Amino acid sequence: MIFDPGFVGASNLIAANAGSTAPDTVMSAAASSSSASNGTWIIEHVADSHILEFKPFGEIHLPQFPPVHIGGMTIDFSLTKHIVMIWFAVLLLLIFVQAAMRSYRKDRAGKKPLVPHGLANALEVVVVFVRDDIVLGAIGEKGKRLLPYFLTLFFFVLFSNFVGLIPYTSTPTGNINVTAALAIIAFFVIQISGIVDHGFVGYFRGLMPPHIPLFVIPVMVIVEILGLFTKPFALCVRLFANMSAGHIVIFSLIGLIFIFHSIFIAPISIAFAVFISLLEILVGLIQAYIFTMLTALFVGLAIHQH
Amino acid sequence: MPDLGLTHLAAGIGAGLAVIGGGLGIGKLASSAMEASGRQPDALGDIRTSMIIAAALIEGVTLFAEVITIILALK
Repeated sequence: MIFDPGFVGASNLIAANAGSTAPDTVMSAAASSSSASNGTWIIEHVADSHILEFKPFGEIHLPQFPPVHIGGMTIDFSLTKHIVMIWFAVLLLLIFVQAAMRSYRKDRAGKKPLVPHGLANALEVVVVFVRDDIVLGAIGEKGKRLLPYFLTLFFFVLFSNFVGLIPYTSTPTGNINVTAALAIIAFFVIQISGIVDHGFVGYFRGLMPPHIPLFVIPVMVIVEILGLFTKPFALCVRLFANMSAGHIVIFSLIGLIFIFHSIFIAPISIAFAVFISLLEILVGLIQAYIFTMLTALFVGLAIHQH
Repeated sequence: MPDLGLTHLAAGIGAGLAVIGGGLGIGKLASSAMEASGRQPDALGDIRTSMIIAAALIEGVTLFAEVITIILALK
């Protein structure tokens, strides 16, 4: 497949596609100021693109499809860097989980092993942590039916965060569209679990604190309805900002070498870049935990309203 | 573009101010959590969990501000 620059503009037609506007601003910024030292190359690395770069071995132009018109919207289903990275993360996750599951399968004699060994132990610790500390801790017994969702969420975010640390890859969760999709799913999980538990009318009536004066009710209705949307919005921006901030800091530290035009800066900035990369491992883990934990907390708040 | 410099200045000052706020918030939180876990070492796990959640909320607000400054700087 051949990369057609004509479709790059088409991807900006998506109304809700906030991430795709970033390359556009980068291009215009690069056009307005011809100096390359204003840091736009950092944003180019963090932003989404249609090219997979393997410098100095060349690059892969991802296949592009013509935009699809559904109703009034124009949606571009072309492959981008971050989509490929999501697939890579999912592939890694599948390989990891399948390898761990082997220890639970029946052996040749048809007997199930009594004790898991190897990778299964590592996986089991995390699964039990998500179940006992996050889901059962925040929601209670009713959270058990939502456990598959939370486990999927945790492992997907975890692997997406970690994929960006491998050379030649980028972080899919550093794209606001990915985190927005996760947050929209979380929004529906929160609302539907609340509605299932309390009924449609009961849930929305229960959003209001009981025994409040009559004149506060109009204000409270607005505040509570806004609150429904700000929670997933905060989830979305938090994960996006955390994951892209770390990469921007690493690129900036490496960029110091080129700003100072000196080889003596290199040891310092490489040392700091390694330190931030190590910090990124911690941040990736903590952000996966926090995304899952906060979603579980919000579901818990929707189920136990008072 | 005569006002480009001012935009960058605003972005820089804004980023610094947001970091001051977030740093104060998380520092206060961490000091309280340390004190609490010093008083009650049994509740270490609970304290750490609620500390991380509160830290995430503070950090979230700070990162909103940082995203705005990045958008400003790229204008």
